[in-house]
Amino acid sequence: MQQTGLSASNLSVFYGEKEAIKNVSLAFSPREVTALIGPSGCGKSTFLRSLNRMNDTIGGVRTKGEIWIDGENINEPGVDVVLLRQKIGMVWQRPNPFHKSIYENIAFGPRYHGVRKKKQLDEIVEECLRKSALWEETKDRLHSSALALSGGQQQRLCIARSIAVKPKVILMDEPASALDPVSTAKVEELIAELKQDYSIVIVTHNMHQAARVSDKTAFFYMGKVVEYDKTDKIFTNPSQKATDDYISGRFG
Amino acid sequence: MEQPAVNDQPRVHQRTTRTIAKPHVMEEWVGKVFTTLCVTVLVVTIAAIVYFVASHGLATFITDGVSLSGLLSGLKWDPEGDIPLYGALPFIFGSFSTSLLAAIIAAPLGVCAAVFMTQIMPGLGKRVLQPVIELLAGIPSVVFGFVGLSIVVPFLRSVFPGQGIGIAAGAIVLSFMILPTITTIATDALSNLQRGLKEGSFALGATRWQTIYRIVIPTTLPSLLTGVVLGMSRAFGEALAVQMVIGNAPHIPHSLFESASTLTSVITLDMGNTITGSTHNNALWSLALILLAMTFIFVFIVRFLERRNNR
Repeated sequence: MQQTGLSASNLSVFYGEKEAIKNVSLAFSPREVTALIGPSGCGKSTFLRSLNRMNDTIGGVRTKGEIWIDGENINEPGVDVVLLRQKIGMVWQRPNPFHKSIYENIAFGPRYHGVRKKKQLDEIVEECLRKSALWEETKDRLHSSALALSGGQQQRLCIARSIAVKPKVILMDEPASALDPVSTAKVEELIAELKQDYSIVIVTHNMHQAARVSDKTAFFYMGKVVEYDKTDKIFTNPSQKATDDYISGRFG
Repeated sequence: MEQPAVNDQPRVHQRTTRTIAKPHVMEEWVGKVFTTLCVTVLVVTIAAIVYFVASHGLATFITDGVSLSGLLSGLKWDPEGDIPLYGALPFIFGSFSTSLLAAIIAAPLGVCAAVFMTQIMPGLGKRVLQPVIELLAGIPSVVFGFVGLSIVVPFLRSVFPGQGIGIAAGAIVLSFMILPTITTIATDALSNLQRGLKEGSFALGATRWQTIYRIVIPTTLPSLLTGVVLGMSRAFGEALAVQMVIGNAPHIPHSLFESASTLTSVITLDMGNTITGSTHNNALWSLALILLAMTFIFVFIVRFLERRNNR
């Protein structure tokens, strides 16, 4: 399959009349982690949510521009969002496991994409839990409620759930900001691990986290991308003054 | 960046605490006494009602010598006959069948309406439909009964064999009466659902329908059932509207379209014709006691469901 990755070109998003994202173009490489940083309200979460058309689910949002994956523009009316969201998974700030067993949480997605055989589902569940480093902790209680897991475990379960439908890209909206430092470290390890198979776009308010986990960083401000470059460069020698001010905490 | 906290308040303020504290102690005391009094009035009233109903209701068995099993399983109700008979099974059957049927009719309607109002068209639902359904809750039961008598009964009579009055008519009228209860509770439950759960399902590629029946409904099921049980409990206790359309014949009907009675309808009908302290009067209290016991059972079921929901 063609490995073109995900890219947005001239993307604008409007909440009613207000333009939250102003003509943004960004390309994400496969097998890389891209961090989106910027002050609250700068549009980075809105941008992330437009990548899998999650903004469709709330009223009053209008999107202009193109988003390409595998040579297809997903921002066209005729696109099947179901297939699109299979290609682009998502993880939120607050862990949101379904009120079902650990097993059912992971089997939920594959079932909708045509996997019916129990043996096959068993394999997917084990593979995803292993990939998300949760197998050892949960293999003896796969059929107990996912809500009994700790916050960090729940978040890793949500990541496992998102990879169960074999996406190409995983979008993460502040995936560790509701977790304690130990769980955060585990999630970050997991991101580094998953990078080998997926392209990951992560929104974070934590500069250190962005520096630790990402290969590239995009700095958003007032709905625009101010600077997009290798993470090393952004954090050591940014070309824009605004970027420098933000990462060194002089505003924001 | 945040402003640094500036501590330029004069120290004097701290010394005045003692004079400020006094009225607050008074306030706390008054508040505590007043609320305690209110609770006491409530508890005493409820306890008195339970005691009153129980003392009269149990007198039937203790002083009048009617057997409990006879009352619960007897098929013939003839308190004024030469040999008085106190068989309440037809009424128990009538109450259970009308309220169960009403719940069976109203539950799918109410839950589906709530799904529409919260998931499909939340704007219209909140602005127009919800107030309309709440209005339905405010309609007096005599109006429901009247409408039932003039529309539901003739309709049933023209479609099914029989008089039109009976358990079917009662259940239909009751189902409209409990629809607001079920819908309102279901709407609250559905709109309080953590938004993340729905998004999580969408993000995995589930459609809106799949999300509704695989995530939204199962997650809120205990609350939805709470609504249904509360609705049933209302149907169980409703007297007037049912009495107007059920026919009030004291026996178990052979079909849904034949005259029957409920516990509540027989109490309201017979109540005026009995003398306080007579066996007939006490027997009616026994029926009230059965109603009371059923209400407690419904409350326990709701409690149980709520506990499951909070887990």
